[in-house]
Amino acid sequence: ITEVCGAKRVGYFGPAQFYIALKLIAAAQSGFPVRIESIKNELPLPRFMALKNDSEVRYGTPAELHGVKFQAPHASLEKNSYKRTDEGDKQQEPKSPPMSPICSPPASPSTYQRIPLTYGYGKSRSGLEQQHGAPYEVRHSTHQQDGPSSGNYGSKPALACSTLSRSLSAEREQPDSSAHYSDDPWRITEEQRDYYVNQFRSLQPDLNSFISGSVAKNFFTKSKLPIPELSHIWELSDVDCDGALTLPEFCAAFHLVVARKNGYQLPETLPETLLPDYLQAASLKPLRECTLFDSYSEPLPGSQPTRDFGRMEKTSAEEVPDNSAVIKDKSKDDKQALKVNTVVKAIPKEFQHLTVKTAAQEPNALKARPRSRSYSSTSIEDAMKKGEEPPTPPPRPQKSHSRASSLDLNKIFQQNTQAVRSGWLPPPPPALPPRPSVSQAEQVSEVELHPQMNRPPSPAEENSSAKKEVVLAQPPSKPARRKLRTEVQGLETPELSPTVNVTSSLPAAKPHLPVQKQSSKQKRAIQTAIRKNKEANAVLARLNSELQQQLKEVHKERIALETQLEQLRPVTVL
Amino acid sequence: ARLGIICRPPQNYPLYIRSVPTENELKFHYTVHTSLDVVDEKISAMGKAMVDQRELYLGLLYPTEDYKVYGYVTNSKVKFVMVVDSSNTALRDNEIRSMFRKLHNSYTDIMCNPFYNPGDRIHSRAFDNMVNSMMMQVC
Repeated sequence: ITEVCGAKRVGYFGPAQFYIALKLIAAAQSGFPVRIESIKNELPLPRFMALKNDSEVRYGTPAELHGVKFQAPHASLEKNSYKRTDEGDKQQEPKSPPMSPICSPPASPSTYQRIPLTYGYGKSRSGLEQQHGAPYEVRHSTHQQDGPSSGNYGSKPALACSTLSRSLSAEREQPDSSAHYSDDPWRITEEQRDYYVNQFRSLQPDLNSFISGSVAKNFFTKSKLPIPELSHIWELSDVDCDGALTLPEFCAAFHLVVARKNGYQLPETLPETLLPDYLQAASLKPLRECTLFDSYSEPLPGSQPTRDFGRMEKTSAEEVPDNSAVIKDKSKDDKQALKVNTVVKAIPKEFQHLTVKTAAQEPNALKARPRSRSYSSTSIEDAMKKGEEPPTPPPRPQKSHSRASSLDLNKIFQQNTQAVRSGWLPPPPPALPPRPSVSQAEQVSEVELHPQMNRPPSPAEENSSAKKEVVLAQPPSKPARRKLRTEVQGLETPELSPTVNVTSSLPAAKPHLPVQKQSSKQKRAIQTAIRKNKEANAVLARLNSELQQQLKEVHKERIALETQLEQLRPVTVL
Repeated sequence: ARLGIICRPPQNYPLYIRSVPTENELKFHYTVHTSLDVVDEKISAMGKAMVDQRELYLGLLYPTEDYKVYGYVTNSKVKFVMVVDSSNTALRDNEIRSMFRKLHNSYTDIMCNPFYNPGDRIHSRAFDNMVNSMMMQVC
């Protein structure tokens, strides 16, 4: 079986190999000869001793990759009750140490249901029902295979399995937000998103505006979660800490509420898929499925923080609707993210996005990419062909495919200047020392107003100055900040060169050539990105100086008023 | 080295207390409580002067035998008190200022949370994380 599925050839069990192996096991158990053709038959599930429930692996043809269907969890909550009609290729989590984690004990608090749908393909697919429960960190640790594995579909024979549309008796729903086979509970599916958006509309008709804190409080209190938990949810989702929820923040908060009600523990930090930038981009385009549950929080062990490529793409995509809220969001997201950021930066396999992201997103993206690369090494050729996404559902593949082309590069670079503003804010350290420096410079009594104003420029400065440092002893002066920015950019380029080496050291034999071609492309892209960054730097510096000017003027006004007051006072005393 | 952080609203009950290391905590509480008097004194000494951010930082309240106490008060009269070991001479005034600023910022973030009632004890994890990281830097 090992030989047939190709593991021997490539030397390891990639997701595709694993699935084929499982299929072959099923075939063998049913008495069929162990051959590739035999897995084309409809096979019963392979039986494993450890399995508590049936698990089935489903394969898709290359053609079907486009029309891949998603099995959406049946999420029905008090608030939401709808069935998702997506369907996607589901695979068992490969490579998790034993098979048992795949079928978490039924005692798990939430059972994950998927109901497959069959489109007009003439084939029936088997749905993968899995139970995911409390040990979802284990599940998540296996997630990384999901994403890249789907990229291998194209190279594997198509299989049709009998569709199991069991509705498990314990139909406990989960707001698993994974749009497809990812079991990531923190990913918001399209249906969920629509629901959230409708709820948002009911509270606030203008989708681009905020929901105020009190309105949101009343709304979420209806969910009957305890106040400390709601408080924590708010803390997680209101990334710009302005006391109001934008649409993506609202979706994130709603999603967390839904998750909590279904028994999920709240994370310590906001999962990446719930970040407002991510959600905002996702609202523009279909969600990228990278099935990578990225969590920075310690409480979710085992979930290796592989960052979505989707996130990276998202940041480039969302530059268009860039606004100050996004800037704030990003800075805050990054702030949260940086808390656990200790990853060595390396280059991802998606070079075209890499270049933009390194320029635009600095530590976050850099940190994310190497991890995802390591997991998806097996499917790198496919991933590179398809863009970083694994096969996406019907509406999405076009986008993901178009990404793979250099077309995206151009699009990204056009947006880069805007992207730079929001995208290149690397996570400032939790302490945000540069911010005090800016606010110190202001020293206005209206503390509220100016910190808000200064957040856009100050995070921009923060990110650069704080990029490599955890603590800034002195508030950096303006020229120092510019210097730091350029330093940061300078750091990016040396960082990128090792990435080129890393890419060449990929295990897969195929990508060598494309890699080298990519690296030169990427270098050019990096240089362009650097130039754009410098321009953005200049813009921000100008903005900063303007704000400083305003500050001085306000100061003068205040002093004038104070002197007036002093003059008037002796009169009243008398 | 010991570092303690307390916030107190005008009624002078603690919203948040954290000290590292945790022995002698009672003495530390006592120190902070007594230093509140000094804080109040400084505030009243400002008198009619407009309170701007520079004056929010009260500086070294008083040095005692083994520790120094720093104070900071916000515009809403929320007081932050930090107690540091005197042996920790590496801490400079600027650093203390920046630490207070961080505290203030985190506190305002907490305020933005509609589920937080002013006057409640602070249970925010983000605040905890920030304080922890600050204390790690110092100690």
